[in-house]
Amino acid sequence: MGENSRLCSVWLGSETGILKGVSLSRKQAFNFCNTRHLSRDQEIRTLCWGDSAETEVLVGSVDATVKTFCTEKGVFTESRRCGDPADGCFTGLAALGDSALVTCVECGTVRVWRDQSNGPVAELDAGKNVCRMRQNPLHRNKVATGGKENGLKIWDLDRPEKAVFAAKNLRDDWLDLRRPYWVRDVAFIPGSEKVVTCTGYHQVHVFDPATPQRRPVLEVDFGEYPLTALSLPAAGDTVVVANTHGQIALLDLRKGLVRGRLKGTSGAVRELQCHPSLPTVASCGLDRFLCIHNLDDRKLQHKVYLKSRLTCLLVSSRELQDASPTAGGGDESPQVKQEEGGSDEEVWDHMEHVVEEEVRRKKRKKD
Amino acid sequence: MDFTEVSSSRGTDFKKKKAKKKNVNEESIGECSEVKQEMEKSDAAEATALPPTFSVSEIKNKQRRHLMFMKLKQEKRKQKMQLKRKKKKEREALGDKAPPKEVPKTIENQRVYDETTVDPADEEVAFDEATDEFSAYFHGLTNPKVLITTSDRPRGRTVKFCNQLASVIPNAHVFYRRGLALKRIIPQCISRDFTYLMVINEDRKVPNGMVLCHLPEGPTAHFKVSNVRLRKEMKRRGKEPTDHYPEVILNNFTTRLGHSIGRMFAALFPQNPQFLGRQVATFHNQRDFVFFRFHRYIFKNEKKVGIQELGPRFTLKLRSLQKGTFDSKYGEYEWVLKRHEMDACRRKFQL
Repeated sequence: MGENSRLCSVWLGSETGILKGVSLSRKQAFNFCNTRHLSRDQEIRTLCWGDSAETEVLVGSVDATVKTFCTEKGVFTESRRCGDPADGCFTGLAALGDSALVTCVECGTVRVWRDQSNGPVAELDAGKNVCRMRQNPLHRNKVATGGKENGLKIWDLDRPEKAVFAAKNLRDDWLDLRRPYWVRDVAFIPGSEKVVTCTGYHQVHVFDPATPQRRPVLEVDFGEYPLTALSLPAAGDTVVVANTHGQIALLDLRKGLVRGRLKGTSGAVRELQCHPSLPTVASCGLDRFLCIHNLDDRKLQHKVYLKSRLTCLLVSSRELQDASPTAGGGDESPQVKQEEGGSDEEVWDHMEHVVEEEVRRKKRKKD
Repeated sequence: MDFTEVSSSRGTDFKKKKAKKKNVNEESIGECSEVKQEMEKSDAAEATALPPTFSVSEIKNKQRRHLMFMKLKQEKRKQKMQLKRKKKKEREALGDKAPPKEVPKTIENQRVYDETTVDPADEEVAFDEATDEFSAYFHGLTNPKVLITTSDRPRGRTVKFCNQLASVIPNAHVFYRRGLALKRIIPQCISRDFTYLMVINEDRKVPNGMVLCHLPEGPTAHFKVSNVRLRKEMKRRGKEPTDHYPEVILNNFTTRLGHSIGRMFAALFPQNPQFLGRQVATFHNQRDFVFFRFHRYIFKNEKKVGIQELGPRFTLKLRSLQKGTFDSKYGEYEWVLKRHEMDACRRKFQL
């Protein structure tokens, strides 16, 4: 188990409650679960890294338990109960450092849990029907929430009384009708205070809490089906979004144009995640496939069938070293070039050798 | 001035050329006087060598082109038949030692391997199927009850088609749509214990679509319907079907998606067929088209079986499979047919 789990570079949660690890370099997929005790109650809803070294995966399942999975040993080491299953399933999970957790459930309560304490340390109410909670990767105690008829709110977990930023509802349309609002996914843009959201009404919004404007500073429409997931690639200025028909697109955040589409998925995408440094994006969804695309040429690199409907995924940052074939190819090509550069000298070396041998032979013959 | 110059120059050229030609001719005659016979032979060879570039379509006279083409075709056919006869004779001469007949290449037996093909020994898929939305039916907890309705204001054929479908599916009820929205019908259906909602869509009086929604929690499949043949249009059909529960045959649903669709069709019919009725409903999948046929069989003697088609017959093609009950706008799709992307390879099948 441990050997298998150390190889894996992509982790996925499925509806059947199985945690799956995929090793792209070996083209293998592993199930980390006791297959005899399968149950739909343990459906995995969220995944996140437990520590910065990426040795622990936190698994949030439907029955309101958070399990810790150790990637070194390949076993579940810890399980703790966070909240009541009646509140709805997890919509967000994040680690705060020194074994503290942030959880968010559908009914809108965001709770902070510390180790070895029964009750939550802090609790805040983010409104009803929360669809997603995300943590700011740089300022780890800032989280963003949003949901159906529940606009984007950014919270500081040290001061849970009031939201740091709450988005205003969209401006009425040209018929003076109220526009509905449904945040499906949120992401913090690194290097600025901006936040990008995608909505169930196929819009992508960019909010800028640094400015006094509380309405989106950029609004983009994509397709005609609800957008379900988004992710920010390592190279800035773009965002990858996906909808319920399995259409994935790369949008430019400066002007809001479609830069390209990624083909290969056939069902609703549940989660997208870009690699922290490489131009690759992983997607999973109801079509039971894990797809890995290259963002530069938009080609499908891997498509892995994983037997169950997938709900969430997690990409490890070490994929760069051993897993990705593109990185391997990149490493190899410079070596080849070096060989070509040093070929002249080698040729001369060979020549000398041959001459010497011939001389020796001649000498022998003479002897 | 220029003109005159040009003309003059041309004239001179001409003369020169003519003179040259003459010279050449004289020379050639002088040279080849001895080898004249050979030259004539080569000329003849050239004349016969010309035709390979000739094709029937180059003939400008239409009647003549047609005539030539027919001749060409007949010739080809003759050659083919000769070859065939020859092969047959060889086979007969060899008798038992004849090499086995070649299997013709079809796009089905050249099918690209699908990694989602269900392995019956797979624990995970077995668990997934045992706990899916149809598990209640397959565990014998629910009995199917089907509501059949149409798009708004159905005309002639669609109405008949619905009635005939209701005679095929036991415990089916046909209702007039009355302009109601599907999303408002579904809660009422659930409260009345219906397990299926079937909506036949029509375009220009021809049924062309079918939405099959499993209740209470989905999934919903959307099919294209084509080649509908009602009972009246059937040749050599039997008498009206009886009320017995038919047997169900599902053919070639091999992939994971195919399994879900197959289970969906199976759950339309009650689980305990009444063999007394000798009626069979068949869903046969071939190249992603699902053919529906309804037969009555009879055992004539120990070896022979006779079948009689009762109708209706139609063909279905899956457009999409959606999770949950009908919600085409905000529902999550498990699978959507993407034309030109999915059927770019003709040997790849989804079901």
